[in-house]
Amino acid sequence: MISAPVSTSPHGPGQFLAEVMAATPGDNRLNLCVQCGSCGGSCPSGPEMEHTPRRLFALIRAGERDTVLKSNAPWYCVSCYYCTVRCPQDIHITDVMYTLKSMAIKAGLFHDAALPGFSETFVDYVEKYGRSFELGLATRFNLRHHPLSLAGMAPMGLAMLKRGRIDLTPHRIDGMAQLSAILEKAKALEAAP
Amino acid sequence: MKAMFYPGCSMQRNARPYLDSLQAIKGDIDLELQEIADWNCCGATEYMSVHRVAAHSLVGRNLALAQHQATGTDLLTAGCSACYLNLAKTDAQMREDAQLKGTVNEALAAGGLAYQPGRLKVRHLLDIVCHDIGYAAIQAKVVKPLHGLKVAAYYGCQVVRPDYDGRWDSHERPTSMDKLLQALGAEPVDWSLKTQCCGGHMSVIGPDVAFGLIRRLIHGAREAGADMVVTLCPMCQLNLDAYQVEMNKHFHTDYQVPVLYFTQLMGLALGKPAKELGIGKEFVDAAPALAKIQAEAPKAEATKRKRRPKASDGLPMPGMESRHD
Repeated sequence: MISAPVSTSPHGPGQFLAEVMAATPGDNRLNLCVQCGSCGGSCPSGPEMEHTPRRLFALIRAGERDTVLKSNAPWYCVSCYYCTVRCPQDIHITDVMYTLKSMAIKAGLFHDAALPGFSETFVDYVEKYGRSFELGLATRFNLRHHPLSLAGMAPMGLAMLKRGRIDLTPHRIDGMAQLSAILEKAKALEAAP
Repeated sequence: MKAMFYPGCSMQRNARPYLDSLQAIKGDIDLELQEIADWNCCGATEYMSVHRVAAHSLVGRNLALAQHQATGTDLLTAGCSACYLNLAKTDAQMREDAQLKGTVNEALAAGGLAYQPGRLKVRHLLDIVCHDIGYAAIQAKVVKPLHGLKVAAYYGCQVVRPDYDGRWDSHERPTSMDKLLQALGAEPVDWSLKTQCCGGHMSVIGPDVAFGLIRRLIHGAREAGADMVVTLCPMCQLNLDAYQVEMNKHFHTDYQVPVLYFTQLMGLALGKPAKELGIGKEFVDAAPALAKIQAEAPKAEATKRKRRPKASDGLPMPGMESRHD
């Protein structure tokens, strides 16, 4: 289906909406939100979000860029896709949340660095080894963002170890140079206008 | 039936019992799996938050390797919900978005690879087991029916949603795993939370949010009379099992609902020894529940509890006060 055109002026409120839509793949239909609230009502972490998806989309429309990119809402999205399948307008809501997260990181706009911190630590390990490394991820993330919780995490880590459910060292894939070349190229293409 | 296989990082380690039980049963159900050689991480739900095109390219490498290595099959399967969804999503969005298809292939070319979207049919393991191998064929192999075991089939989110290729009977109340468990002789309970979220990454970045979601699911399964929750995803298993212990500490509750993989129950019904199926590596001991079907299960290591539950704690909600002891 073809989405209705978004009215945009170079600096008007519609510009932010156009920007979010352009950064989200496919026919994401964000401009067609009717503010029904099915998304927020379906959201497992909705009650803990500073703005429900419905409110976030109204703010995007109004061009409230800073408020939107500072909100904890996209980070509290658990990618359950309930909102996406229930949206009567077929808006790709979860994909929009991913767009807002990467825009917030680029703009440096979040008030709790722990929120993007987990994604960024995860990405670091994948880019270094080609695989996720749970022990390193949990330790480094908590050390940086929740140092006081580390002691509390220890018994669970030990229990995982006893059950053979955690590795002490990361596994590096053979094709690491190939993967790095692919990711580097992808990032260059993503940054290109 | 043959499929390319993407194990993913979790199955390799924290969800090792899932992989071990799959390896144990695959011959019995005539499932041949060809692992993608030198696969990389799928990015989980995190990579996409930082770099979108690179996230698709990360997955694109796995798709390209699978396409290149596949012999005698165009199926690609994963047991982890997030791995499955990432593979399916990149394939679907490359099909839908010509620009993305071009960009990802330009990135892949830097590593000497290419992927033609649509060339592989990406399917979750449960989908293949239920819909291709089929309930009747599995039932015919059952030697130790799980009579008397009440199970809550838990699907979680990312297998049934967004469901790019329309594989499931419902996005909210699917029945495939219930039918599979029935074919094994178990009794699936009717419960309303089978596709609600396990907490996902909130168990790490915002545990209080996750604890509420975990308690809702564990409580719901127990209220429905289930002896255990049966899952198809490493993340769901980790949150509901390992974090059930943490959740009990947080709310001063004492839930003890074991969480096993559907492949582990298939293994028991097919007569495999519990140890070979990784049973005993769970945090919440499954042995008491499995005693109902006379399965000798290695006892899970006891997890030490810091303090006794306090009667006055927890949310003032009906039914929440009830405990085992």
